[in-house]
Amino acid sequence: MPAVQETIDQVKAIDVDQYKYGFVTDIESEKGAKGLSEETVRFLSAKKNEPEWMTEWRLDALRRFQQMDEPNWARVSYPKIDLDDLYYWAAPKSVEGPKSLDEVDPELLATYEKLGIPLREQEILAGVEPKNRVAVDAVFDSVSVVTTFKDELRKAGVIFCSISEALREHPDLVKKYLGSVVPVTDNYYATLNSAVFSDGSFVYVPEGVRCPMELSTYFRINEQNTGQFERTLIIADKGAYVSYLEGCTAPQRDENQLHAAVVELVALDDAEIKYSTVQNWFPGDKNGKGGIYNFVTKRGDCRGKNSKISWTQVETGSAITWKYPSCILRGDNSRGEFYSIAVSNGYQQVDSGTKMIHLGKNTSSRIISKGISAGKSSNTYRGLVSAHRKATNARNFTQCDSLLIGQDCGAHTVPYIESKNSTAQFEHEATTSKISDDQMFYCLQRGMNEEEAVALIVNGFVKDVIQQLPMEFAVESQKLISISLEGSVG
Amino acid sequence: MNANTPIKHTQGETDLIARFETARESLAGSVSVGALRAASLAQIQDKGLPHRRVEEYKYSDLRAFMKSAAPLAAPAEAAAVRQALNVQDSYGELDRYRIVIANGNFAPEVSDLADLQAEGVSVADFAKALTEDGGSQLLGAPKTAPGDGIVALNTAFVQGGVVITVADGAEVSKPIELVHVAASHGACVTRSRIRVGAGAKLRLLETFTGDAGAGEINAVFDYQVGDKANVAATRLIAGDAPAPRLCTTIATLGEGCLFKSLGFVAGPDFVRNQQFIHFVGENSEAKIYGVSMARASHLADQTLIVDHAVPHCNSREFFKTVLDGQARGVYQGRINVAPHAQKTDGEMMTQALLLSEEAEMANKPELEIFADDVICAHGATSGQIDEDLLFYLRARGIPEDEAKTLLVLAFLAEAIEEYDEDDVTAGLETRVRDWLAA
Repeated sequence: MPAVQETIDQVKAIDVDQYKYGFVTDIESEKGAKGLSEETVRFLSAKKNEPEWMTEWRLDALRRFQQMDEPNWARVSYPKIDLDDLYYWAAPKSVEGPKSLDEVDPELLATYEKLGIPLREQEILAGVEPKNRVAVDAVFDSVSVVTTFKDELRKAGVIFCSISEALREHPDLVKKYLGSVVPVTDNYYATLNSAVFSDGSFVYVPEGVRCPMELSTYFRINEQNTGQFERTLIIADKGAYVSYLEGCTAPQRDENQLHAAVVELVALDDAEIKYSTVQNWFPGDKNGKGGIYNFVTKRGDCRGKNSKISWTQVETGSAITWKYPSCILRGDNSRGEFYSIAVSNGYQQVDSGTKMIHLGKNTSSRIISKGISAGKSSNTYRGLVSAHRKATNARNFTQCDSLLIGQDCGAHTVPYIESKNSTAQFEHEATTSKISDDQMFYCLQRGMNEEEAVALIVNGFVKDVIQQLPMEFAVESQKLISISLEGSVG
Repeated sequence: MNANTPIKHTQGETDLIARFETARESLAGSVSVGALRAASLAQIQDKGLPHRRVEEYKYSDLRAFMKSAAPLAAPAEAAAVRQALNVQDSYGELDRYRIVIANGNFAPEVSDLADLQAEGVSVADFAKALTEDGGSQLLGAPKTAPGDGIVALNTAFVQGGVVITVADGAEVSKPIELVHVAASHGACVTRSRIRVGAGAKLRLLETFTGDAGAGEINAVFDYQVGDKANVAATRLIAGDAPAPRLCTTIATLGEGCLFKSLGFVAGPDFVRNQQFIHFVGENSEAKIYGVSMARASHLADQTLIVDHAVPHCNSREFFKTVLDGQARGVYQGRINVAPHAQKTDGEMMTQALLLSEEAEMANKPELEIFADDVICAHGATSGQIDEDLLFYLRARGIPEDEAKTLLVLAFLAEAIEEYDEDDVTAGLETRVRDWLAA
């Protein structure tokens, strides 16, 4: 198994607090004033040349946000975040509308290179005819810097741009769908995001179009003290298909950084959206200091008949993860899927899961969640499956398994299963265990050392989910999982 | 709602506060018991009855349901108790001892005390024990739910009950039925302490089958199970009762013991059967079963926390729910495994059968695990009667109604048979049939 060998090499090569992506790029950046206020919002909106209705939309969200209390039901604990001590606007200075990659600050490109983004790779420069082309909308702090492949996508009729650009060029689409899946007042962090979201991706796949390539965004939080508030909106019109990849790394910091993103997916009749995430933000050092706070609202709306939304996530990073990618199965025969691997080590706290809300007839959903908990971390699966009165023949299968490595970690499962329709059939199963002695013995007896054996067994444990990932993510994920578990054995 | 702003009391809460003022003087207990009662009422006064915003009561909003609260039941007339006992003969021919709690108070004159004495079982009046030294220690709250609203309500108003002590090594030959009788209207708030000595064996039947009663029943059973003891507790909550039926088990298990329980619920409008099992000795085992049946707009809630605080303990939880009409079924179960409770083996299963379009089931099976060398699992299913099974039976000439009855019986029997107390559960099949035929 070559991938496993690679994993082992990675584990050996990297020490716990030598976070691979822990570097800071020194380029000048422009910041707004600190603090959360109407002025901040107006400043932000003006900076981005947003239409008047958008500014009002943000201000409305801000007013509502000021009435809200921070939720405390999740199994996470952290010092109170001072929202008035954050910058809500930071942009690299050199990005006054770059026309091509050449105009981009070379330091930025160097950053991407360290991240391994194939931004100006063979596909563009060497003109290799690629089979699996990936379009990257790279977000460097708060502004989309470069968007590649735009022309090719345009030929297919696919709109893939930053949300700021979409606001200027496709305001009707944005106005129609923004906030239609995650309402402005959905929850504390989503409301905050609505008020101050900086940028993000916008995708529209028109009727009957199968997006010719996988779309991808690499996020990178860079500037110190910048809360990053991504807003992603993906719309698949009737019969369309799109696969979207999201991957994240962030530089090593001592100060906790807040990230409160909102992702909205809309699938109309017969459309399908596949959304894959590899999240590898700085989890804090081995003493639990620093790390990213990741408070994300992700929701997909299967609005049309026969539509399908699939979430796949590999969560290895962040000091705190608070994330429940959900599906609203509104259209008849629609389908929702959630595949998740959440690895926690050190002092990480993960409270993640999904919601499958069955509203339409013959809707089905599937949840596979694998939690791996090591070190002194806490890993919670929290999920809701509900069938409403009219959800005749709704089907759900849920499997959530937890693996504990070490004596100081915790693994929790908190499922809510609500059936209001007698024809709905729900099955849920969950297990928690450690790596069995038999499995270890078997591996050790065949000449593996303990770390190799754990890597092998864990990779087997998460196989069901890895299989759902696009190829390049699958390889990266295996590496990430093993890096995250480094130091947990023995 | 801000913690500092006083809540607006519902009529039910206002009634309870008034009830406390009225009954205060007559409620038994030493000074410290009185202080505990007052503190518990203050909790209700400050926070209100448990409601849907309280996570543990998310699906069972007692505050909304309890629109009023009747006064506490007055002491029962002996004749009325005898008459009620004749009507409420829940176990028929079963050879058993009987201890009666009527209108919230121990009724020794109709209890089989002499025979029990001979078996090594002593029975004392809980109300009297509250007035003695250390009486307040009889009013404990579950470790895993110290602020539970129903237990607080019980502490504030508890009228009486029994203290049962089974001597070390005593193997009680017959089941003991603890019959709760409401001989008149009014709330019955009882608490019983059951001490089971080391190596002793006890089978207890906790019966709540009286119809009527405008007042709520709130009963807490506090089990202290000694090392290597063996306990089976069968709880029967049935009858046609409009006021809430609130039953709580708090069990503390010593070393190497076996604690089994079955909570059988069929009938009342609002039932909350909650159990808090706490392992303090190693190598013990808890087997908790539940069977709920609800129809009309009734609610049947089975809530359970099993706390594995020490290593090498096993627990099995198996719950079945059958719902008809617009009934709502609730199962909330949690297995806690403490950081050093290695070699824990916990397995929880909840299954629901929805017989009607409008019935609702909420399942919440939780695991909370802090130790790595454990095996824990849970499962949950809900659905309707399998058409294929129904077809199979009908194809063999069994009428549809009878076929459904058979399938429901088979569904519930899985839990009842595993409980493995055949003589005690023999009558339950009739209850299921009667419930289905009603």
